[in-house]
Amino acid sequence: MDNIVTLHQFMLNTKNVIYILIVMGLVAFPAFWYFLNERDKD
Amino acid sequence: MPQEANQAPAKYFTPFNIVAGIIVVVGIIITVLRFTRGLGTVTHLSDNNPWGIWIGFDLLVGVALAAGGYVTSAAVYIFGLKRFHAAVRPAILTGFLGYALVVLALHYDVGRPWRLPYPFLVSRGTTSLLFEVAACVALYLTVLFIEFSPAALEWLGANRARRLVVKLTLVLTIFGVMLSTLHQSSLGALFLIAPSKLHPLWYSSYIPIYFFITSIIAGLSMVIFESSLSHRYLAHKMDAGHLAAKKDVTLGFGKAAAWVLAGYFFIKVIGIAVDNNWHYLATGYGAWYLVELLGFIALPAFTYAIGVREGNTTLIQWTSAWTVLGIVVNRFNVSLVAFNWHLPAEARYFPHWMEIGISVFIVTIGLLVFRFIATRMPILHAHPDYEAH
Repeated sequence: MDNIVTLHQFMLNTKNVIYILIVMGLVAFPAFWYFLNERDKD
Repeated sequence: MPQEANQAPAKYFTPFNIVAGIIVVVGIIITVLRFTRGLGTVTHLSDNNPWGIWIGFDLLVGVALAAGGYVTSAAVYIFGLKRFHAAVRPAILTGFLGYALVVLALHYDVGRPWRLPYPFLVSRGTTSLLFEVAACVALYLTVLFIEFSPAALEWLGANRARRLVVKLTLVLTIFGVMLSTLHQSSLGALFLIAPSKLHPLWYSSYIPIYFFITSIIAGLSMVIFESSLSHRYLAHKMDAGHLAAKKDVTLGFGKAAAWVLAGYFFIKVIGIAVDNNWHYLATGYGAWYLVELLGFIALPAFTYAIGVREGNTTLIQWTSAWTVLGIVVNRFNVSLVAFNWHLPAEARYFPHWMEIGISVFIVTIGLLVFRFIATRMPILHAHPDYEAH
């Protein structure tokens, strides 16, 4: 937080974190969908 | 037909009726005080805190929890999920009463009821979000009344009028979804004007989207919660079709709620990242925010999913009650707890007992009217003379 001084640094920092979160979401959502629907086939 | 052949004669002095009667009497006394002596007598509202629990609970929570109407009718009539048809009428009735009570509660906060049409007829503030909310709530209350009316018309035997209203079902459903999308999000957008008053963890440019998504979660959870209460206390008014539909409705709505909660959890985390608010999580407000995020969003998403996987309707019903509580916590956090967070403790708002009394009074009226209608009209059973629509 202390290293963020300019708007560019702020955007770079937040966008980096968001991209990592999006990738985590892309993995987590199909996994959750599978978890939710796994027993429907039984 | 409802299974009421072996019913004992109705008892009027039940514990519920006695408690409800006391609440209604106290509520009427506070109502007289409010409208004869003004806000100062019955509330702790001030210039710093002009919106108390009559807005935070009665309006914001009331509108969110009444979302079951548009969620259920959209599922059945737009997405064609006919197996949930048994849930439509109770959900529409809950929604209609919810919105009617929101408007009633608004009278306590605003005062001078005869001026309610002023925003439309005298002083049209068309650039205001409140104008949009007022217009949508007025229109949607009308839509819900018309959507509810087939049950009342069947009860009254007005066949021709019922046929006419039934033909409007799809149009009304689409209209209801549009109006709900608009005003559910706009209620959140009201807080966009107060970035310096609302704590950064709750303030976000996404707050209209948060409010809209939570309304879907509230609607789905309320249908399950209301269905579990109806099956417990009004099962004798249900026909075989409604009794049999309970499991389908609980599992189907539970699955949808799990999925929407998971998506909501994800965009809430994205919301923290967008504003780089991570450091606030290490504060006292951050701890409370994590209680909301993990305890009332992530936890019910998981327990709904477990319930659906295991076919455990009891777990889903308890989760729905927990989620409804989570919606209350969220609206309280946005409108009261995290609002004016920078003010010293002595300038913060805590409701007067009479404000709480009016909120309890209004919820009690809702319960009494729901019971009155559900025990008389074909809400929890199909009328034998009419086909389902």
